[in-house]
Amino acid sequence: MIEDQESIVVKTVCRLLTPFIQLFGLYVIMHGHSSPGGGFQGGVILASSFILLAIGYGVTAVKRRLSLRALMTLTSAGVLVYAGIGVVCVLLGANFLDYGILPLPDARSLGMLGIEIGVGMTVMAAMVSIFHELITFE
Amino acid sequence: MRYLHLVATGVTGLLLILGSADIPATGDPASPASVHVSPRYIEQSYGETNVPNMVTAVLADYRSFDTLGEVTVVFTAAMAVLLILRTGRRDEDES
Repeated sequence: MIEDQESIVVKTVCRLLTPFIQLFGLYVIMHGHSSPGGGFQGGVILASSFILLAIGYGVTAVKRRLSLRALMTLTSAGVLVYAGIGVVCVLLGANFLDYGILPLPDARSLGMLGIEIGVGMTVMAAMVSIFHELITFE
Repeated sequence: MRYLHLVATGVTGLLLILGSADIPATGDPASPASVHVSPRYIEQSYGETNVPNMVTAVLADYRSFDTLGEVTVVFTAAMAVLLILRTGRRDEDES
């Protein structure tokens, strides 16, 4: 189990790096259309920022902000977002996951962005929850 | 029994080596993988989806059923790991 670090260097570096890593993870998810990236990669980058926080401040401090209940909700909600977009397409009269029918400008591109966000949520929450459970396992 | 394993491994390896002789050369434009649906993706994916990244267009649009399955695999794996790791544990740290 990772405890709170004594070293101020480790804590400061973790605190300073975390927002930039999270911003980069969000960029990789949102920019998956036009550059290498997507939900899987961005989700793992987001998860790595929470793992870095756990190294610096202890896993209990991270669990206070991101409880197992929230992580489970995120994991399930990601799959729900993905499948939900597909079901919305069906309700609008097209095939499952046929984004062209969505009433949006540039619907195919935005539909892909939506499912990438769902993928990112699921991957991020799954990685962080597995890390938490492994690190607190006796 | 040990020799049986050895023979089984040898026969399987021989079959795999024989099979690999028929693999098309790397980058062969006439290989079956390059003539079926790849030209359609390369020529028309931008016009059809308006997404510059062809890989994302294939993964998230043409084959989005496959990606939905991948997300479900990640979800199921996380649930299975948590089920195994939390067996017999009280929820004392639950918030």
